[in-house]
Amino acid sequence: MQVLGIDVLFKGINMQRFLEGLWVSMRISLISVLISIFLGLLVGALMTRRNPVIKIFTRIYLEIVRIMPQMVLLFLVFFGSTRVLGINIDAEISAIIVFSFWGTAEMADLVRSALISIPKHQYESAAALGLTERDTYVHIVIPQTIRRLIPTSINLITRMIKTTSLVMLIGVVEVLKVGQQIIEANRDTSPNAAFGVYLTVFILYFMACWPISMFAKYLERKWN
Amino acid sequence: MSQEFIKVNHITKTYDGEKNILDDLSLTVHKGEVLVVIGPSGCGKSTFLRTLNGLEPIQSGEIRYRGELVDSKSKNITSLRQKIGMVFQSYELFPHKTILQNVMLSPTLVQKRDKKEVEKEAIELLRRVGLEDKKDSYPRQLSGGQKQRVAIVRALAMHPEVLLFDEVTAALDPEMVREVLDVILDLAEQGSTMVIVTHEMDFAKAVANRIIFMDGGHIVESGKPLEFFEAPKTERAKRFLNTFTYETVRKIS
Amino acid sequence: MDFVVLKEYLPLFAKAMILTLKIGWMGIAFAILIGLFSAMIKHLGVPFLRYVVSVYIELFRNTPLLVQLFFLYFGLPKIGIDIDAEFCGVLGLALLGGAYMAEAFRSGFEAIEPIQMESALSLGMNHFQAMGHVILPQAVSISTPAFVANIIFLLKETSVFSAISLMDLMFTAKDLIGSYYKTTESLALLVIFYLVILLPVSIVGSIVERRVRYASFGD
Repeated sequence: MQVLGIDVLFKGINMQRFLEGLWVSMRISLISVLISIFLGLLVGALMTRRNPVIKIFTRIYLEIVRIMPQMVLLFLVFFGSTRVLGINIDAEISAIIVFSFWGTAEMADLVRSALISIPKHQYESAAALGLTERDTYVHIVIPQTIRRLIPTSINLITRMIKTTSLVMLIGVVEVLKVGQQIIEANRDTSPNAAFGVYLTVFILYFMACWPISMFAKYLERKWN
Repeated sequence: MSQEFIKVNHITKTYDGEKNILDDLSLTVHKGEVLVVIGPSGCGKSTFLRTLNGLEPIQSGEIRYRGELVDSKSKNITSLRQKIGMVFQSYELFPHKTILQNVMLSPTLVQKRDKKEVEKEAIELLRRVGLEDKKDSYPRQLSGGQKQRVAIVRALAMHPEVLLFDEVTAALDPEMVREVLDVILDLAEQGSTMVIVTHEMDFAKAVANRIIFMDGGHIVESGKPLEFFEAPKTERAKRFLNTFTYETVRKIS
Repeated sequence: MDFVVLKEYLPLFAKAMILTLKIGWMGIAFAILIGLFSAMIKHLGVPFLRYVVSVYIELFRNTPLLVQLFFLYFGLPKIGIDIDAEFCGVLGLALLGGAYMAEAFRSGFEAIEPIQMESALSLGMNHFQAMGHVILPQAVSISTPAFVANIIFLLKETSVFSAISLMDLMFTAKDLIGSYYKTTESLALLVIFYLVILLPVSIVGSIVERRVRYASFGD
């Protein structure tokens, strides 16, 4: 333990600080995920409309998210807001804004493709059985859409958790940053801390994401 | 009797040690013979055909092709497969290649034959089945019947000595069955050696020299087509053949 | 916006972009190799190695690149494995990308019915010929959309390299914002340069995708 530098985490209040950092990461992910799912459902449903104006705007929105690194978006909001809007947006809020902006686009795209993947025959056979349009949606379309949507949107959650790690680069003190601070502070007593601490962060992220993606895979297999 | 081509000696195949898919099965196919294998679904007839091409491992017994052992793991299997052509129910054309490329791939790649010569022959074969004009199309642009004719041509281009047909019309729309079966009938007339698994009883009657009726992994009955269809010897075969005839509906008045 | 400043900073960003492109595309090239290799191992079910590959894929798909880089760059030297920043960038991207590419190729392989292999074998091909002429070309074209998405994803991921003190676009932008308060100009250049990197890939990618989907299969 000494050689690998994991012991540092158990010194003084280090463990507490570490867990606090973890909580910051989780808080940002969680809030962004909730906002993204809610807005993504709305935008996704909107995208199946044939309105050309909606089409153009959502197309541009999706394309921006598709090709701009989240890191660039973070810089734009965090550094740009002061300059352009004259207000100072806190780093954590900037992160939530960017991740929600990004997550909403991803979620909306998933919702859209789940909605359009329901074959026309399903609507037709529902109509042939005398179901009203409302009944068709409630009993036929929405349940099938949800089955297609849930595995892919669960995967989106793991991607958002992983992306949260970027916030340290705009100065949010989350788990990676706390790790860095602990390593700095114990430079003399535990020179090898970098190995143990970063390995721990690596494992923590893995433990957060892996079960979720396994669950998504399980659901995908079960429902398809 | 003419030369023995395929000799199957007491082969047995099981899945996971459970029920035998093939149960102590033996038969011989002679040169120029057309053998038609029929039987209910799950009787093992397709599995049997696949073992002849070394696509299914067997647990005991052996299959010999003109004296050579057919074994999926042996070194000579690729050269054996060149002599034993196979056509599948689902055509299995290569979707990323044109019709002509599908036909030419193996003769040029495996047999290293001259490209020009293979192309000439491929086009001639396609012309024979009426598909010369489709040579530059992709499989997806063809109907099921056309795809199956191409699959037969693709097997023929390897100059096989025996052809295996695995329910080649089962996936086709009824109006396309004929165009495929006509090609096979044509091959029979030219004296090709063939083993055919099929559900088309009238076709079986017309094309076969010998009918093999399988059930439960073994041969229940075998005989000349006329004898078999007119007067089946076993109760099981009678019941099977009855499933193909319908009684007139008597309306309740 | 101050255009004199823009002009002055342009060469700095251009230099940074070259570094980003270099590391990015080298990483992607290795990622493709690792991915193809891993997918083949999983598809063919090579004993033992398939488990190693599975563990690798899960580890790198379920952790962020930034954390992987920190571990490789700052952690490994502590146990005697010293690597320089550029190599670390390429390695990190290759390992991350390899795990994603493996999944893309694997689903391509899985989409091909085993009977396609049998039909190639029944024509006398050996496994090697069947793989090269029948299975691989189909698997690659089926995985093209995921492949293109992965390339875009990996190019975007290069934006974290500044964390291991590589002087890439983010590093340059942050430096100019921090030291000279040229926020607007730096951010504008940042966006423009990332567009230069990613827009062509995005456009070429969608053209390739469309070609693979329709033309080559004759629809």
